Amino acid sequence: MKILILILVLLSIFSIFIGVKDISIWDIPNLNKGQIHILMLSRIPRLISIIVAGFGLSICGLIMQRITQNRFVSPTTAGTMDSAKLGILTSIIIFPGSSTLTKMITSFIFALAGSFMFLGILRRIKYRNTVMIPLIGLMLGGVLDSITSFLAYRYDLVQNISSWLQGDFSMIIKGRYELLYVSIPFVILAFIYANKFTLAGMGKDLSVSLGLNYNQVVAVGLTIVALISSTVIITVGRIPFLGLIIPNLVSIYMGDNLKKSLLYTALLGAIFLLFCDILGRIIIYPYEIPIGLTVGVLGSLIFLYLLARRKGYEA
Amino acid sequence: MIEVKNMDKKYGTNKVLDNVSLKIERGKVTSFIGPNGAGKSTLLSIISRLMDKDSGQVFIDGKELEDWDTKELAKKISILKQFNHINIRLTVRDLVSFGRFPYCNGKLTEEDWQQVDEAIDYMKLKDIEYKYLDQLSGGQKQRAYIAMIIAQDTDYILLDEPLNNLDMKHSVEIMKTLRRLAEEKGKTVLIVIHDINFASCYSDHIVVLCKGKVVEKGGADDILREDLLEKVYELDFCIKDINNNKICLYY
Repeated sequence: MKILILILVLLSIFSIFIGVKDISIWDIPNLNKGQIHILMLSRIPRLISIIVAGFGLSICGLIMQRITQNRFVSPTTAGTMDSAKLGILTSIIIFPGSSTLTKMITSFIFALAGSFMFLGILRRIKYRNTVMIPLIGLMLGGVLDSITSFLAYRYDLVQNISSWLQGDFSMIIKGRYELLYVSIPFVILAFIYANKFTLAGMGKDLSVSLGLNYNQVVAVGLTIVALISSTVIITVGRIPFLGLIIPNLVSIYMGDNLKKSLLYTALLGAIFLLFCDILGRIIIYPYEIPIGLTVGVLGSLIFLYLLARRKGYEA
Repeated sequence: MIEVKNMDKKYGTNKVLDNVSLKIERGKVTSFIGPNGAGKSTLLSIISRLMDKDSGQVFIDGKELEDWDTKELAKKISILKQFNHINIRLTVRDLVSFGRFPYCNGKLTEEDWQQVDEAIDYMKLKDIEYKYLDQLSGGQKQRAYIAMIIAQDTDYILLDEPLNNLDMKHSVEIMKTLRRLAEEKGKTVLIVIHDINFASCYSDHIVVLCKGKVVEKGGADDILREDLLEKVYELDFCIKDINNNKICLYY
């Protein structure tokens, strides 16, 4: 735990002091106006948004995996992200020139509806094998995505919508990321509900038998997931794999008791995202590789590793 | 006491429980036997509010099931269904601690932990208490889940096929534990079981269900009758007295 926090702090400091404009840590006592400006306007907002998104997305993945009792489910493989995207598009079409907040609320409602639809489909399906569940999620996501594309073509918004396709932190500046703060109370709510999510992860029968209000806990879980997903997709964009691999990595060492693993999952999510961001910023310095790409490459490698070591750890 | 009155349950047009009425005595082990699809598991699920009934009433300690607060009921009655599909990486100790959930909402007090320790000792799980469930054998897993139920400390314990997938040694071990729970702790134990000989040797009462109806209830001597079992199972039975236990052969 202490080590993770230390790594996060070190990476954060490192992250603040890399960029096109040279600012060194030794400048701190006598920063000039321009340097302070850059720090406050770009570097620090970027850092904060990465940490919040990293916390949020990995927690979302963990909650979804417990609720569906499947290790391959995450907002990106359960249609949540795709519904959120459809929501943004809908809000652009229906309320042109709408504020970011309106977009977020619409996309939240869509994401929530999409997640409930996913659970609804799962309940109806008899053949529930491990691989089947994320496949259904991917299919649902595919259907929603094609609706989004169709509408985007129809209303000439293709360019607009593709800017949400790839996660990107380079556009984060003061005034464009604050919406992410909305997700913080929901991250806290996730910690309060940690025990209940663990219990819900043991299935409906066992939860009810232990006196848990199962449906309410599932609804709270999906609300947290939908809200965090929609704030992230609106401010940062789509970040693949994070919600999938981080909870699985932590589960190997910490188990599935959320009371113990939730904080580790959140921290590791932030560290991983920050690491990928720094990597993307230094590989072709002074240019940047979008974070979606670095997370995708590193994430898929880790995912393959997880699949390969699944012996005795059946998902 | 658990009392079931005129209970009906249908799945679509298929009648699974047909006007079932029975009383279950406290502090005894009661086994439910009968062929597949007789409605045994459904009955247990309804009694433990996991499933809704179509009509009829269930009384638990004189109070109707619907009138119970679900959290209070979780301190009164516990059910363990077939669990081998649950996949969650919890340590045995964590799992057992969830048995205290109805009492403390997950914030265990010292007294709760004491109950957890007792349950772990009772099921002889001390040496594997920090192992993850997915590292355990079927028998150990079953013991861990029963320890959780013991920590839940309910008057009524319902188990749906607790011997499923267990070998003889572990089956005997589990049945002996259930007897001890009834005798030492005064628990009322209800089990759905397929092995009639286990039911005969370890239970105080046996209820025979067939096609949603209670065909017969009573002690082993009343139930292990060739004519009754032949009618229910549509098989030839031969019943012998061995060491004061009724044992049936049907192979």
